[in-house]
Amino acid sequence: MSALSDRDVLRIAELARLALSAEERARLGRELAAILTYVEQIGAIDTSGIEPTSQVQLDRPTLRPDEPTPSLAREAALRNAPDAVRGSGLFRVPKVIG
Amino acid sequence: MSGAIHQWTARQTRQAIRGKETSATEIAQALLARIARLDGRDAPGGGLGAFLHVDSARVLARAAALDAEHATAADRPLFGVPVAVKDNLCTQDVPTTAASRILERFVPPYTATAVERLEAAGAIVVGKTNCDEFAMGSSTENSALGVTRNPWALDRIPGGSSGGSAVAVAAGLAPVSLGSDTGGSIRQPASLCGVVGFKPTYGRVSRYGLLAFGSSLDQIGPFSRTVQDAADLFAAMAGHDPADATTAHAAVPDVAALDSVPGAGASSTPLAGRRIGVPRALLGSGVDGAVQAAIDAALIVLEQLGATIVDVALPHASAAIPVYYLVATAEASSNLARYDGVRYTARAKLAPGDDVATLYERTRGEHFGPEVKRRIMLGTYVLSAGYYEAYYLKAQQVRTLIRRDYDVAFADVDAIAMPTCPTPAFRLGERADDPLQMYLADVFTVSANLTGLPAISVPCGFSPDRLPIGLQLTGRPFDEAGVLSIAHAYEQATPWHREAPPLD
Repeated sequence: MSALSDRDVLRIAELARLALSAEERARLGRELAAILTYVEQIGAIDTSGIEPTSQVQLDRPTLRPDEPTPSLAREAALRNAPDAVRGSGLFRVPKVIG
Repeated sequence: MSGAIHQWTARQTRQAIRGKETSATEIAQALLARIARLDGRDAPGGGLGAFLHVDSARVLARAAALDAEHATAADRPLFGVPVAVKDNLCTQDVPTTAASRILERFVPPYTATAVERLEAAGAIVVGKTNCDEFAMGSSTENSALGVTRNPWALDRIPGGSSGGSAVAVAAGLAPVSLGSDTGGSIRQPASLCGVVGFKPTYGRVSRYGLLAFGSSLDQIGPFSRTVQDAADLFAAMAGHDPADATTAHAAVPDVAALDSVPGAGASSTPLAGRRIGVPRALLGSGVDGAVQAAIDAALIVLEQLGATIVDVALPHASAAIPVYYLVATAEASSNLARYDGVRYTARAKLAPGDDVATLYERTRGEHFGPEVKRRIMLGTYVLSAGYYEAYYLKAQQVRTLIRRDYDVAFADVDAIAMPTCPTPAFRLGERADDPLQMYLADVFTVSANLTGLPAISVPCGFSPDRLPIGLQLTGRPFDEAGVLSIAHAYEQATPWHREAPPLD
């Protein structure tokens, strides 16, 4: 694989919510292909019957008691928003449904 | 206390303040002056660039407050000790950017648990350090906010991603610092800058307030000029945190006196009875000659200290890089979804009628740098329908095999020794156009993240052109005392920790 097709790159970019220029897409198509070709070496390792490791929980995980505790104040959470309706506690975004 | 303030260890700094030989304010003033002289863009050679943000007034106010509390608080373990903090750790009311344009104006409303605990122990946050954007990189060149230079050779990279934290300690801008390590981001820059860098066991230090990159891999840890200082910072930060459900309940070992850890006494053979494994097969190719020679010499020192050196087989170690770059990018693509133009300061300019999808895509496209985009794209690809089994699931299965290799090895040995990096620091820009080549340099560090094991890099020599080389020691789960005590015994038997870069 020398490069991913522009269609593939566009599809991934759409899933990742990334606007990319044509130049960026061309470069990423080549770079991703090189990296994927390299990582494909693990395909040769026999993993039949091997459980996947998604998390190395080396200590017994515990659940906390299901009790309400204080969390970040609403105004503090809104402070970094590029656009917020202060006082009413809302983030403002463009129209979602046309 | 002998020597200049910037040469003092954290222990020496704290002792001098405690004994009223100096004050927290005098220490802070001395280091702020040194930062101003060596770190800024106007300094000779372009400046080290370790820091992104230093608020002198804030640092001095905190130092003055500590000095005022001397009578009641001076017995705190890090009383008055300045600590530099990687800029992906949240600090309340102090900018935290992860060296990204997308967080350039972000000011967190809370402080990371690790930082909070250091402050509770008496430490002073002296500033926020540069790193690769969102900790993605091995040279700090992926920072969107500036260059960081290796103090041993200003035309070379400091390593990464916690490059600024490594440089701050190596250059005497702070006695200790914090970094995060997802695939070697503490150990590798420590190695390349000639300082100690320690990644504790996964789950040992709370990740609350660390901007997440690879959540099953990320761990916070210290940089220092001595192993004992690293142990002191570790002890102050470690332990369960209700705010991070993955933190362990296991008791934190007492590492306050590494000389007295059983077997590591002050005798001439403090490592008698310890067995240290070396994965010879893994060291075969791609390791620089000077690095190989330094590691061979270090193994002889460990043997002279009483340790038994044995070969260990880690048959799947060569798969660690591909597994790491599949797992880490998959986790990153998910973690970085939150930077969407709604909550965190940056937002693309929109035209009337643009919808919310355009807001997400344009904000992310305009504000993320090339390496972050590359990893988000790779991670999204390997998680996408049709590729999940072949890439992500397969990688997780091989991750199990890598874990088993270490289980087998640790049935026979107490620690595993190898280089931290295959080469000394390379030149700025040298590998910038070859992302895959950059990834391959992480060959010795990523396994400790995939397995969650504690690992330390300790200085073990220099290349012919005076570039530092690091020895990595990996230990059993939660056996931080084991790796720290071996590293300490090695350090005390060798001169490397007394070397300083040619800056003054």
